[in-house]
Amino acid sequence: MNTERLIEKVAVNLLRLAVTELPPDVKEALKNAYNKERSQIGKAQLKAILDNIRLAEEKGIPLCQDTGLISFYIRACSKFEHLERIEKILQRAVMQATVEIPLRPNALDPFTQKNTNNNVGRHVPHIHWSIIKGDFLEITALPKGGGSENMCALRMLKPAEGLSGLKRFILERVVEAGGMPCPPTIIGVGIGGGSDIAMELAKMAILRPLDERHPDDFVVQLEQELLEAVNKTGIGPMGLGGDSTALALRIEYAHRHPASYPVAIAFQCWAARRATARIYADGSVECLSHRDRSFL
Amino acid sequence: MRMREVELHTPILEGETRKLKIGDRIFISGTLVTARDAAHKRIMKWITEKKSLPFSLEGSALYHCGPLVRKVEEKWIVLAAGPTTSMRMEPFEADVIKNLGVKLIIGKGGMGEKTRDAMKRYGAVYGVFTGGAAVLAAEHIEKVVRVEWLDLGMSDAVWIFEVKRFGPITVGMDSHGRSLYEEVRSGALGRLNEILEHSTLKNPKPTKLS
Repeated sequence: MNTERLIEKVAVNLLRLAVTELPPDVKEALKNAYNKERSQIGKAQLKAILDNIRLAEEKGIPLCQDTGLISFYIRACSKFEHLERIEKILQRAVMQATVEIPLRPNALDPFTQKNTNNNVGRHVPHIHWSIIKGDFLEITALPKGGGSENMCALRMLKPAEGLSGLKRFILERVVEAGGMPCPPTIIGVGIGGGSDIAMELAKMAILRPLDERHPDDFVVQLEQELLEAVNKTGIGPMGLGGDSTALALRIEYAHRHPASYPVAIAFQCWAARRATARIYADGSVECLSHRDRSFL
Repeated sequence: MRMREVELHTPILEGETRKLKIGDRIFISGTLVTARDAAHKRIMKWITEKKSLPFSLEGSALYHCGPLVRKVEEKWIVLAAGPTTSMRMEPFEADVIKNLGVKLIIGKGGMGEKTRDAMKRYGAVYGVFTGGAAVLAAEHIEKVVRVEWLDLGMSDAVWIFEVKRFGPITVGMDSHGRSLYEEVRSGALGRLNEILEHSTLKNPKPTKLS
């Protein structure tokens, strides 16, 4: 198979895997939440969630009807073949996945409201690039549902408000969002940079696997403190009350301008769909998000 | 909170919905009609223009859902059909309840005061089906009776489903003015300052730049 065909095939399979099977770290977190939940109504929600995950896997059907707006995160070594063609290849993969899996057509023109019916449109799927050392092309597919996306928010805090302002903003937003982002969620928090960078960081944060620790000790402490605070609100599964409002809270940060303290919050629903694979220069493929998964 | 289980069949009568309280669990059999924001907008436009709708909502269950369906040999198959966020329908729902006699609204995330007031007045309830549990929901859909307004797209068309013991649906807002969402939210707001004051953070060290 030529490289171009290989990339396309891997991308289709990543989308299929992402929408039909949650990564093991997310499933584990949901099982733990179910075991720990003390609210009867909350526990019933988590039971439905776990049953649904199992059914979707057995049947190979998307676990949520909202298969999201699709974006890809690419980490590519500069010498990898066909980099200039990746965008077109991924668009073709999305069109094919829409028919084959299938995915719900979710790309609409904002002026005419017309659906393209193939999940491809202007800047969709969006591709986030990083150029790295190595001999591989790493693709992460992130099909993100609209319900959680609608709750994302950015606030330009006054720098003097600092961490306590940040904590208040996060908590107020979580309470305001209530059941709408399909809790228990994964919350991504982006701090610093400019407005665009803060949100980009918040989105990167929700992509970090739940069993992966941030390298910075203070960030780990802050993540823990904010997660505990979020769960003390009692919003609970689907906003109906309970112990489990968020499965995890992840922070990424950048240095800030002296006058600015941007904080972005991104919500990912419990159906935290993502799939990552690496294509090596020799044509071998490794799945990183779902262990031991063969792709070809 | 207690969780009473109730079986409902369409058409649903006001006498049945009036008995329901927040926290109750419903299983519904009969007809579900889906509508998202685009369909709600059109429903209201047609009502204003006095055009008759191609479906009835009298005593029906209205489902906030944009399903994932597939056509196999001229037959629609529902693959995944979980609820969508109900709050997007808030501007329209009170009028839909008033004009069309909807008795059960199924969605996720809850609705606002205007809908709550209309539900109280006209004896309707709001039930939540677990968001994202879309394959589980599809399991209880026996068949697609028909689809209307497909020009709005797959997710926004009005799908008429025949369902059997669709649920569990938790009553999130009842016809007596109570909302589980509001109670959970006001509890959270009441605890907010206490949560904010509690901190165990130790001083940050300057970041190492790589």
